[in-house]
Amino acid sequence: MNYQEILAKYANVPGGMIEAFHAIQDELSYLPEEAIIEAAKLFGKPVSQAYGVASFYSMFSVKARGKNVIRICESAPCHIAGAAEVVSALENELGIKIGNSTADGRFALEFTECVGQCQATPVITVNGKPYFDVTPAKVAGIIAEYK
Amino acid sequence: MVNVTVDGIKVSVPDNSTILQAAEAVGINVPTLCYHPDQSVKANCRVCVCEVEGNRLLQAACSQPVFEGMVVKTRTPKVIEARKTILEMILAHHPQDCLNCLRNENCELQSLAAEYFIRDNPFELKVRGLAKDLSTPSLFRDPDKCVLCRRCIEACSVIQTVDALGIENRGNHAMVVPSLGKNLSDSPCIMCGQCIHACPVGAIGEVEEIDKLLAAIADPNKVVVTQIAPAVRLAVSEEVGLLTGDLPMEVFVAGLKQVGFDHVLHTNFTADLTIMEEGNELLSRLQNGGKLPMFTSCSPGWINFAETFYPDLLDNLSTCKSPQQMFGALVKTYWAEKMNIPAENIYSVSIMPCVAKKFEAARPEMNASGYRDVDLVLTTREVGRLFRMSGIDFKKLPAQPFSPWMSEYTGAAVIFGATGGVMEAALRTVYEVVMEETLGDLNFTFARGFEGIKEAEVDLKGTKVKVAIAHGLGHARQLMDQVRAGQSPYHFIEIMACPGGCIGGGGQPITKRNAKRLERIEAIYEEDQAMEARKSHINKEVQALYAEYLEKPLGHKSHELLHTHYHDKHKKFL
Repeated sequence: MNYQEILAKYANVPGGMIEAFHAIQDELSYLPEEAIIEAAKLFGKPVSQAYGVASFYSMFSVKARGKNVIRICESAPCHIAGAAEVVSALENELGIKIGNSTADGRFALEFTECVGQCQATPVITVNGKPYFDVTPAKVAGIIAEYK
Repeated sequence: MVNVTVDGIKVSVPDNSTILQAAEAVGINVPTLCYHPDQSVKANCRVCVCEVEGNRLLQAACSQPVFEGMVVKTRTPKVIEARKTILEMILAHHPQDCLNCLRNENCELQSLAAEYFIRDNPFELKVRGLAKDLSTPSLFRDPDKCVLCRRCIEACSVIQTVDALGIENRGNHAMVVPSLGKNLSDSPCIMCGQCIHACPVGAIGEVEEIDKLLAAIADPNKVVVTQIAPAVRLAVSEEVGLLTGDLPMEVFVAGLKQVGFDHVLHTNFTADLTIMEEGNELLSRLQNGGKLPMFTSCSPGWINFAETFYPDLLDNLSTCKSPQQMFGALVKTYWAEKMNIPAENIYSVSIMPCVAKKFEAARPEMNASGYRDVDLVLTTREVGRLFRMSGIDFKKLPAQPFSPWMSEYTGAAVIFGATGGVMEAALRTVYEVVMEETLGDLNFTFARGFEGIKEAEVDLKGTKVKVAIAHGLGHARQLMDQVRAGQSPYHFIEIMACPGGCIGGGGQPITKRNAKRLERIEAIYEEDQAMEARKSHINKEVQALYAEYLEKPLGHKSHELLHTHYHDKHKKFL
């Protein structure tokens, strides 16, 4: 589905802009500029405000990024449990630095705040699905699920 | 009413007053930064915190309503310490280059830093390192200096309904940005410059072009000629240490001559001319079934707004160029002939209360004379700087006359500077031309004052003409939406982009509150009242221009030099 079709579904949802943004991001992994412009029109808001909403929430990305979004917690409990090594392993496996996307557009690698799974640190999420007690050795296997 | 005690002083204030208002009532100035007297309360800078008895935490005076029996302390050691820390934290993100800033000595943050004698800031200076936005010919943004008060956003979105500015990201990543984080020129910005007045610091300002003037003055081949817009004189007084309106016109002329202008003329001349052309255009539209309502076209911010947001209604705009551009077209044709000066040697400068005029002068179609009609636009503020740099003492300067042919003006031109002035000036002339009788009372008082939208019905020999006046583009939008919906009852509408009209223009001395705008408006009507000639059609130089050059209003030459057309800006997003 392209963003126009997705937006059309939310046309009559009062205050549906954020829901529409989620739906678009589920499909495209980020919010393209044109989608923000179109959403502003649809919900009768100026583009500056629609952009304000899109950039306010850290779970929305207004920059193009890879399809599968890998996030690693940068909070203290994961840090103590060795998150830095996991980050290195992810960077090596994907061949990119954190904050970037792979050239083939399959993966984006980002930090996140605590995801509330501190009983099993370090934690990473892929497209929102959590993986617990991640070690550098587990990284290749997790990524392989999405290749 | 609510009884409160502020710093031991008992006072009774209306319900729902804030601490700030209660303090003001007893003569205590609580410091503020994000607070703006004509805007909504933002309470984001916290500089105005005060102690309230019984409250553990300090309260923001700008937002905290008073309650019965409230005891406020506005200057305890705890309060002072908090304010200093807040200022130090703001300053830790603010470039320390006040000396090079165009708001030096006219900056709210600088004043607060001085008042609270910030010396050694314990916080390390961390400037964001963002690039300046120099994408428009009218105004620039220096986001590094932004203190995130959001007053510019309210000016742009609530007052002007342009919404060029917004917030990007949040928390300590939050920034004021043009729409989609792009440059101003990509955003819907219409270059009115109201954000400049709203900004407490130097994060937004006009594009400064004094150096271009100095180069032209230094060039022996150039004849440097200037025009002065109606709203400038009374406000430039404020820039040179006089009260609003206290600089006499001929002394202003003398000052400009001192600076090096070869000839000083007046935009008021073409303001009177505008009335002749626009008045006749209105009559012609009324008589020949032309597009109505007709909108005035003097305000370039308003023209940009119409071209951006209402491209479907451009036929409703009067085709008359603004007085600035009429002047530009004539100074290199008619005036050049009259003075026997080759047009290519003329360097045409305009002094404007406006930053959008810089954009207007640079429009590619504004070359009816065969040259760029207006070579340079300086704002009132820039001319203030020029005067201060030149060290002119206006109290000792003897008056000097204008140069001839394009400097005579009437009271009708003077009032162009205030909201409603163009309408009143037009009515004075249209009345007399249509009725063929002399008006007893020239004062159309319905057109005056600060109300957002003013309206009236005038009877022109049995034809009822409904007119409306709006200032501030939010009010203009209401009238435009009516037209778009096919429900506008009006025939003639005056729009000025800036609140109060040109006296509150984006190029005027930094205007911190509407009260100042009202003061300037008063000065305008005083000047009009004191003039002998107060109707555009009795301006002798305008009459001579028609007799010797243009022949008649809306004639062939007028169309060539004085009228224009408008273009859809095709903005990618609004």
